[in-house]
Amino acid sequence: MSSLILRTAVPLLVSLMVVFSIFVLFRGHNLPGGGFVGGLIAASGLAVYMIASGPAAVRRALIIHPIGVAGIGILAAALSGVLALFVGGPYLTGLWWLPDNIDIKIVATPVIFDIGVYLTVVGSVAAIALELEEWR
Amino acid sequence: MNGAALSDWLVVAPLVLGLVGSGLCAVFWWRPLAQTIIGFATTIAMTVTAAMLFARVLAGGPQVMAMGNWPAPFGIVFAADTLGAGMALLTALVGVLTLIYSMGDQSEDFRRAGYTPLLLAMLAGVTGAFLTGDIFNLYVWFEVLLIGSFGLLVLGGRKDQLEGALKYAVLNLLATTIFLIATGLLYGLVGTLNMADIAVKVAAVENRGLVNAIAALYLMAFGMKAAAFPLFFWLPASYHTPQPGVSAIFGGLLTKVGVYALIRTFTLIFPLDGGIFNDLFMWIAAATILFGGMGALVQTDLRRLVAFTVVGGIGYMLVGLALTTHAALSGGLFYMLHSVLISTGLFMAVGVAGRIGGAFDTSVLAGIYRATPAFAAIFLLGAFVVSGIPPLSGFWPKVVLVQASIAAGQPWLAAAVLTGGFLTLLAVSKAFALAFWRDSEAPLPVPETSPRAFASLMGPTAVIIVMAAMLGMFAEPAARIASAAAEELLRPAAYVAAVLGDGA
Repeated sequence: MSSLILRTAVPLLVSLMVVFSIFVLFRGHNLPGGGFVGGLIAASGLAVYMIASGPAAVRRALIIHPIGVAGIGILAAALSGVLALFVGGPYLTGLWWLPDNIDIKIVATPVIFDIGVYLTVVGSVAAIALELEEWR
Repeated sequence: MNGAALSDWLVVAPLVLGLVGSGLCAVFWWRPLAQTIIGFATTIAMTVTAAMLFARVLAGGPQVMAMGNWPAPFGIVFAADTLGAGMALLTALVGVLTLIYSMGDQSEDFRRAGYTPLLLAMLAGVTGAFLTGDIFNLYVWFEVLLIGSFGLLVLGGRKDQLEGALKYAVLNLLATTIFLIATGLLYGLVGTLNMADIAVKVAAVENRGLVNAIAALYLMAFGMKAAAFPLFFWLPASYHTPQPGVSAIFGGLLTKVGVYALIRTFTLIFPLDGGIFNDLFMWIAAATILFGGMGALVQTDLRRLVAFTVVGGIGYMLVGLALTTHAALSGGLFYMLHSVLISTGLFMAVGVAGRIGGAFDTSVLAGIYRATPAFAAIFLLGAFVVSGIPPLSGFWPKVVLVQASIAAGQPWLAAAVLTGGFLTLLAVSKAFALAFWRDSEAPLPVPETSPRAFASLMGPTAVIIVMAAMLGMFAEPAARIASAAAEELLRPAAYVAAVLGDGA
């Protein structure tokens, strides 16, 4: 779609959406939010970008193939649980690496899991959107 | 149960390996060769860990691991008993053989379109369904395996594939929705999702009407997924459309997940006690056997014929569940083992036949015996195995089921079992006579398959059919394992105690 207004507004809009999606991702650690919603917001950002600038630009922005992004996400989520192996806990046991008196709890395996979910959602939704747009 | 030893990880190892392998394959999206290597490494590792898990379960009873160290019944537990661990082992083994078969079956295009990651995701879903001890988590694994199977079903994108996939998707999504509704109702009734805990609490519920209604919903949902009568028609409408390797793993594994879920829910949560559900199961089982056999008899397409023998096979397993005696259930479980192997094997063999003869329809396909007598012998062996010719593996479970039906005072069910075997024999003999024995009028088309691809098609086909045949000749260990699994299912106290701890 070649709309001057959209193309001018898109850089601002998309960067806002991606930043907001990351905010939602980390907010999900203790409050409503999380990787799934965050991923959807980021993917909608990519979709808006695609409407304005075309699928090729989105592929360039993602650098690697969107399915590869999803694959990294699945790996991150599945392997975050395996770290518990080294402390003798069962699969997916949550580990926090900062001492208790620091009030930032984002260096932890549940966060890695959630980032994995985020990447999986971004990758797979982006792949579907790109496929639909490029299919003729 | 704080902490977990390394050996406890065996309970989740096959599942985690499947997920990691699938993720790795997705990262190497444009590298089909790397994907194939990852696929083999993953499925072989899954087979090894599942075998170790199975050995541990046989030696020490159900193995349990609480995810994230959240104790049951609050967190999600994975619990492997003999049935679950055994099915996980079979899943991984069939996965390896299917990958070998796919080397000759899938063109480069299919692998580029994501064959291996989808297959691994589906295997992970199937394994998760067999090993989880939480009913909502079971739903999640059903979804995972469905996503993988949708992808595999449409790879190639031919028109008939899309049509088959549509029927498959609609019916399966409907079944999954009913499953979810039933789980919601059950959670509202007993306030827990852990299957062992549900079993304890459902037994104490006074409102039996509601319990029976929920049980009926589960019966409908899992019955659809297992392709039991009357909701089996999606299976012969879709299983013949994808590549033969995909059909093979679908026919071998996916319906068995539905049967597994039926067996699990109707032994643990809603134990059959001779009431209306027993009668219902008997009718469903008999109708499934007969419709499967009759359907196979009228098919001219070899792939649809095999699809109907898969449907018929579901019926025999349900006979075991319907009678709920120890002998019958072990017969049904033995049949399940047999059916996983032979359904996969026959779909693979039919794929090879189509490759040699250039067609799948017996009105055209002919003269394979003259072209490759060795392959014809393997197919004939598979045909005898599936129709239960003694001493091959289809025979023993049927003997057990017939005896158990008569002992339970249901001779008509024994008659259905025997008639079903007879119909299957007729169907496969007809197919063999037409496609293999009959001389072809025109010379066979020269297959464009390279000898190497042909070897990777023939190898797993022969291995799995011979395995299924050997299972009958050396039936003792398998029968013992099936008997132990049935014993565990009918006395779930050990499973419940293993999951909930000794305090329960």
